[in-house]
Amino acid sequence: MNTYRNLSIRQKQVVWAWGFLALPILFYVVIRFYPTANAIVLSFQSWNLLGPREWVGLENYEKLWNDPVFWKVFKNTFVYLILGTPISLVLSFVIAYHLDKTRLLHGTLRALYFLPFLTSTVAMAWVWRWFYQPVPIGLFNNFLASMGISQISFLNSTTNALPSILIPAIWAGLGFQIIIFMAGLRAIPTSYYEAARIDGVSSWTILSEITLPLLKPTIVFLVVFSSIGFLRIFDQVFNMTTNNPGGPLDSTKPLVLMIYQTAFSSFDMGYAAAQTVVLFAILLVVSLLQLRILRDKP
Amino acid sequence: MSDIRASSASLMQAPTAKGPRDPWSVLRWTLLAMGAIVMVMPIIYMLSASIKYPYEMYDLNIIPKEPTFENYTYVLSDGRFMRWFANSFLIATITTISAVFFDALVGYALCKFRFRGRTFVFIAILSTLMIPTEMLVIPWYLMSKSLGWLDSYWGIMFPGIMTAFGTFLMKQFFETVPDDFLEAARIDGLNEFQIWWFVALPLVTPALSALAIFIFLGNWTAFLWPLIVTNSQELYTLPVGLTTFSVEQTVEWELIMTGAALATIPTLIVFLVFQRYIIRGVAMAGLKG
Amino acid sequence: MKAFKIFTLAAATSLAALVAAAPARAVEIEYWQYIFDARIKAMDVLIDNFQKANPDITVKQSTFPYADYRTKVAAAIPAGEGPDVVQLFYGWLNDYVQADLIQPLPAANFPADKIEAEFFPMVRAMKIDGNYMALPTAVRSLALFYNKRMFAEAGIEAPPANLDELVAMAAKMTTKDGAGNITAEGMTSGMTAQDHHWFREVLLRQFGATPYSDDNKTVTYNSEAGVKALEFYADLEMKHGVTASTFMDEPQAAFKAGRAGMHIDGSFRIGALKDTRGLDWGVAELPAGPDGIKSNYASYWVNAITTKAEGEKYDASVKFMEYITSDEAMQVWLDTVGELPAKPSAAMTAANLADPVFGPFVAGLGYATTTVFADESAQRQVMVDAVSRMSLEGQSAAASLAAAAVAEQAILDGYYK
Repeated sequence: MNTYRNLSIRQKQVVWAWGFLALPILFYVVIRFYPTANAIVLSFQSWNLLGPREWVGLENYEKLWNDPVFWKVFKNTFVYLILGTPISLVLSFVIAYHLDKTRLLHGTLRALYFLPFLTSTVAMAWVWRWFYQPVPIGLFNNFLASMGISQISFLNSTTNALPSILIPAIWAGLGFQIIIFMAGLRAIPTSYYEAARIDGVSSWTILSEITLPLLKPTIVFLVVFSSIGFLRIFDQVFNMTTNNPGGPLDSTKPLVLMIYQTAFSSFDMGYAAAQTVVLFAILLVVSLLQLRILRDKP
Repeated sequence: MSDIRASSASLMQAPTAKGPRDPWSVLRWTLLAMGAIVMVMPIIYMLSASIKYPYEMYDLNIIPKEPTFENYTYVLSDGRFMRWFANSFLIATITTISAVFFDALVGYALCKFRFRGRTFVFIAILSTLMIPTEMLVIPWYLMSKSLGWLDSYWGIMFPGIMTAFGTFLMKQFFETVPDDFLEAARIDGLNEFQIWWFVALPLVTPALSALAIFIFLGNWTAFLWPLIVTNSQELYTLPVGLTTFSVEQTVEWELIMTGAALATIPTLIVFLVFQRYIIRGVAMAGLKG
Repeated sequence: MKAFKIFTLAAATSLAALVAAAPARAVEIEYWQYIFDARIKAMDVLIDNFQKANPDITVKQSTFPYADYRTKVAAAIPAGEGPDVVQLFYGWLNDYVQADLIQPLPAANFPADKIEAEFFPMVRAMKIDGNYMALPTAVRSLALFYNKRMFAEAGIEAPPANLDELVAMAAKMTTKDGAGNITAEGMTSGMTAQDHHWFREVLLRQFGATPYSDDNKTVTYNSEAGVKALEFYADLEMKHGVTASTFMDEPQAAFKAGRAGMHIDGSFRIGALKDTRGLDWGVAELPAGPDGIKSNYASYWVNAITTKAEGEKYDASVKFMEYITSDEAMQVWLDTVGELPAKPSAAMTAANLADPVFGPFVAGLGYATTTVFADESAQRQVMVDAVSRMSLEGQSAAASLAAAAVAEQAILDGYYK
């Protein structure tokens, strides 16, 4: 105690700081950094969980490179991203932009848009799965049939299935993005608009010259945030395709589902670890690229 | 930072009239209202299906001719749902308390203390944000296996007891706390922990509740890790239990919808009660970027 | 002095009796199987009976969704966590033995010659290096379930005897709405369910192909006969339009809901269908092939003692294994789950053969073959994809089957390398 008392205020702070940080540092080392290293090490090994681990060098990565399913999955993962991010961002911006100008029942409307964000993805995956069933179960097809239109194969189709699974994912995230956009819109000082209005600028010009540029931090955040979300899509696909996981013909399988199957259905732990390293690389590259491109824009 | 708080708070007020009345406002409102209805339709149909008898389950009407709570009685009588609900609630609550506590602690330490290695620690913690959970589940799984954490509450919770996101968020918010306040408290003879607890924390309560809402929601809906780590049905969380339950049912979609409704209704009620706080919280947590 | 001795002796005996009477330190063992309602119920009954006979042993049953089951078992046992006695699919045995997850059954309690004399010959696959590693309670085969009401409405009197009749009857029972969507299907289909077994061991053989080489290491179905078999199967949906693989989400769901005339499934489905109100169903043997060939697919789940069981838990596990492979247990299993006893003496009884429900399954056992899988779910996926390529991408049966053979051979090569 005396030694502590003899310390200067600055030194005392150092002691406190490390006291505050001791447990968290242990946590981050043991639960974050060690497993990360472990996953990387495992990706150079072959292990079926039952026998011994064996070093195999780059074999898992070679296998991945030569695996046609991986390339299909790789493509799917990016289709989820390339469709999901722009569609959800444009939709949520348009809604937020107009909602921001609406007074009648403003709070109620906003709440309704936000509601899906609070639902459990698993529960909603089953709700949408029901909607997509063929006649005589599925809500959508029953509706089409009642109008005499032939049914659509939503999930049993190599072209429709992925968008069908993507829609609930966009739907569930939209509320969050709307709220963020609205908060971003409110953060823009009204003086900018007043000045523009005095100059008699059209509302289109206001949007493109004032609103969007000033919203850039918000847009950057949402692009990165939602991209990561779409690249990691799993819950919806897993629950909507339990009969034929990631099917039909792997047309909906995202990387995370492939990882899950490789690890916990085929027990090929090394191969699965290699896939997780690839996922990590993809996320890193995509995020950095987006940050770079969006920041560089004048 | 104060901008964010102001703007997220201003979200709570309906917009004030700006300039002349927009001639398009009627059209705009109608379209927005229709969009809002479309957004909640899946939830409405889920609720509607859960109070229908099988014979009208596949009709398109929303209000059943003969509403029934039999589906709920059936699903709840099975007993597992209440258990899964309690598990999810317990796990989400404990994880939230732990994560908010530690994230605020670390965020504060990294923000208000000057010491060598501070930047390094901060960057190190921040860098874990880039590591996807999916990459960690296999090592976590192997680790839990060797430490005997599989199939236990602790096994479900341990990955989430601290978050890098929360640490970053709290550090940002502690920047808004003036150092003079802390200095004054120091002179009053409070130790650093007391200063954090009694002086700094109360100044960032909106941020704390925002973080709490975010973490709670994240844990409430978490699926992949609980799916992997749990063995016994008694330890399932609601999403994992719901998957099992739905796969078991197959024909009786009204029962699956009832299960889905049971997983959703509690959050909807909480939302309706605490709407302002939740929306503001989400906005604040989101805007930190 | 003598009196005192007698007194102490008496006290000691009564104390000993007291200790013995109190359930001598209860041993708890754990039993694992996957979630299937009827199986869980049957096991509850067996555990109950077993505990009554062995009050010092308690058995805890844990169950898991089928999809996660293997992971759970593989992860838990090395961690010293999971079951003492575990139920496994017969095709997984090699993996588990190699991984040291299960131990041989003690020869004293399970003599090999006795097992071979009493059980169906397919059980011999469970013998590794002269030791039996596991034993089934029940075996299962396929049969054709049919909806009696739909049969009556279509004026059909007897279930189909051959594949041509199957198609014709299915056509009669298929109904469509104004938009041309199927509202009731003549028969169910779906490689994701049991159809991949029907295709492998029944249709392929009936059209004159052989699915695998004798050592099970080579795919041999990529022949003209194989293509015909696949064409027949795919045509049910694509040409005849008497089925839709996605109808009602799952084949058995469609049959259960009374919207499918015929449905090929395993004997384990009986239990679930028994409880379905308002469904009047019958069972028939699988239809014969073009040349009158009959074939069937049999499979079974086995029970094994894991390496986790040691000491008194091991002894308790052996006792439990003896009970669940007894004739009594087989009867309980047959009554509750509908799976057939694993011993011909118990299965092929006159009463069982004459039983309207079990009869066709039991008869099927007589000419059934079993597939030795390397990775059942992956091999099933090959069949699922073979049909999908035809129905969704318009590939020809020949090209699709050739691709399937290549894919399945790769799985076998990876396993037997």
